[in-house]
Amino acid sequence: MSLKPGAIITEPGSSARYETGSWRAFKPVIDANKCTACGICWLYCPEPAIIKGKPHAVDYRYCKGCGICANECPFKAISMVAEEHK
Amino acid sequence: MKVEPIEEELVGPGHRACAGCGCILAMRHALKALGKNVIVSMATGCMEVVTTPYPETAWQVPWIHVAFENTAAVASGIEAALKVLGKKHVKSVAIAGDGGTVDIGLQALSGAIERGHNFLYICYDNEAYMNTGIQRSGATPYKAWTTTTPIGKVKRGEDRPKKDMPAIVAAHGAPYVATASVAYPLDFIKKVKKAAAIEGPTYIHVQAPCTPGWRIEDSKTIEVARLAVLTGSWVLYEIDQGKLNVTFKPPKRRPIGEYLKLQGRFRHLTNEDISEIQRTVDEQCKRFGLE
Amino acid sequence: MKEVLDGNEAAATAAKLARVKVVSAYPITPQTTIVEKLAEFIADGELDAEYIKVESEHSALSACIGAAATGVRSFTATSSQGLMLMSEMLFVASGLRLPIVMTNVNRSLSAPLSIWCDQQDSMAVRDSGWVQLYCENNQEILDSTLQAFRVAEELLLPVMVCFDGYILSHTAEPVEIPEQAAVDEFLPVYKFPYPLDPEKPVTMGPLGVPEYYEESRYMLQEAARASKEKLVEVDKEFKRCFGRSYGLIERYHSDDADVILLTMGSLTSSAKEVVDTYRKQGEKVGLVKVRSFRPFPAKELIGALEQAKAVAVFEKDISLGSAGGLFLDVAASFINVKPAPLMLNFICGLAGRDVSPIQIKEAVRAATKAAETGRVRRTVRWLGLRKEVLG
Repeated sequence: MSLKPGAIITEPGSSARYETGSWRAFKPVIDANKCTACGICWLYCPEPAIIKGKPHAVDYRYCKGCGICANECPFKAISMVAEEHK
Repeated sequence: MKVEPIEEELVGPGHRACAGCGCILAMRHALKALGKNVIVSMATGCMEVVTTPYPETAWQVPWIHVAFENTAAVASGIEAALKVLGKKHVKSVAIAGDGGTVDIGLQALSGAIERGHNFLYICYDNEAYMNTGIQRSGATPYKAWTTTTPIGKVKRGEDRPKKDMPAIVAAHGAPYVATASVAYPLDFIKKVKKAAAIEGPTYIHVQAPCTPGWRIEDSKTIEVARLAVLTGSWVLYEIDQGKLNVTFKPPKRRPIGEYLKLQGRFRHLTNEDISEIQRTVDEQCKRFGLE
Repeated sequence: MKEVLDGNEAAATAAKLARVKVVSAYPITPQTTIVEKLAEFIADGELDAEYIKVESEHSALSACIGAAATGVRSFTATSSQGLMLMSEMLFVASGLRLPIVMTNVNRSLSAPLSIWCDQQDSMAVRDSGWVQLYCENNQEILDSTLQAFRVAEELLLPVMVCFDGYILSHTAEPVEIPEQAAVDEFLPVYKFPYPLDPEKPVTMGPLGVPEYYEESRYMLQEAARASKEKLVEVDKEFKRCFGRSYGLIERYHSDDADVILLTMGSLTSSAKEVVDTYRKQGEKVGLVKVRSFRPFPAKELIGALEQAKAVAVFEKDISLGSAGGLFLDVAASFINVKPAPLMLNFICGLAGRDVSPIQIKEAVRAATKAAETGRVRRTVRWLGLRKEVLG
């Protein structure tokens, strides 16, 4: 990785290389039966680590396990489960 | 008017913000409102540091960090250059935290507004100097714990009220000033779009909780931010061409205790303290025409 | 075309000829007439530029940084307290490798407050990574400022053109003003390799983590050292276009001199006259003028000074607790060179105090004595000190 003058970074969004999913102690699990794909979890995820779909899914590469999605989901479709060490 | 947040993500993921950080969410929302055609100048602070650890950057728009106190001055220079280059479709956007705005950044912001530059200034307010470890700023609320307003035998928490930054900006005659909250993203996005479209100096002050700094659970960021609004502690309004317009009126204003008790930075409060705070909130709501 | 201009007018004229696009400056004595002149040029449509009426010098350079990073030629000017206030930004500008040109009208430093001339201000920021050029007269001010834009933009390093407050800034001299077309040929349109542009988003000014910071600094130092060749190259090109050149240093009757006066700035002209007086008397006294202080022309100075017996370093500044900044750098250059001349440091002309031929000759006598005895009794001396008011 060679420096450019002024330490300028010319690759936009390169932070995606760093998978912050390794940070979490709890991970959100979305119950497909309860998820209505309303988008609230996607709206409030700081990373962002929610992939829109039917149902919505978690991008576990980046999810830090903050639990905002579980706390905000109007349908209680998300539960926070302890991460297991493999 | 229904506001559709744009789908494109222009900041993150992979940034180093704390789990549950309200401020990075504010960045995400703001960039959704702004789109690609911006040049962002940012102050030293949490957002700057967590998004650009060399050689990585979370930003997918042109972005520059210069120093702590001069974001508005840098944004002024960018705006002038854009004018020279005839790039009318590109907006100069300055983003700074509360410390970098209401304290050390005040002069540069005042000058930039007075000169009438065509730029948008967004202050993300986590109510203290969080990046350096939770020291008080002029935006720290009354009686809050911070490391420089600790709870001790003689002094207990912040002894000054929160600086009313939007009022200061409005007093400059800026064409558009608004407050916002990360718990009300559609309101925030709408305001950012509106502010960015105006030619002239515009200002948005978005309150964004800090999980370690406010001593709240990671998952409660939005809940706490929402309660700030529902208790009337943080009023969502805009001052558009000098005219005040409250954009959200809590249907039944909740007692301030509900907001305070979720935050460790207020856990030392006595009932008397809470009553005192309730009185100041009541006065504030009266000023804004909220019950 | 020759016109009678004072130093500030010469600087403003150069900025106008260079077609700067953003001027962002705050008034401070004795720089004020530069920014006033530029405002007039713009108001009359003679200069097509945005003038940002910033609210402080710190903001002045901050705005220049924003403008230069976005891709336009930017300019500011200041002095003294203003330079001190913007000093944080000096380091950022060089660290970001932005080609900004600034005029610094040399003025003394508070406290106590002083509006008069000395070189303490620019000397205090010699570590900032900016190229520093010192001008002897108003022609050199105009010429060095024009050269500065090209040096800055080809090197990606900011350049500070310094000249004495009042002595040059407010004193009128005949100055040859080049034709705009000739300047346009010498100075092409500003091009920054990685501007802030939504079409190609870049991130400038990241968090310089320890794994990369030292290397980043090394690269900056290499650029600062490379600026020596660039200065010489641009100076040669300037001579080709306009018939005048200045070099990194200038030798004046110094090749066979036993005692050499080392000067920087307007004092050079007075000192040259003193040298003439000595030469008329058959004494081997010479002078070397330093034009480029940063990058420091160590090699060139060694070549010019090594055969002398004693060097009298004159400067209008002092690094408090040590000696004068110019002296410290010259002395350090010779640390591994043998033989080396004896060196004496003369602090003079602070806060505009006149440095008269009498004072210069006093210094020459001290240097001559050192040359004869092979010893220096006192290395750092103050010229023209009014001992009777010392408390």
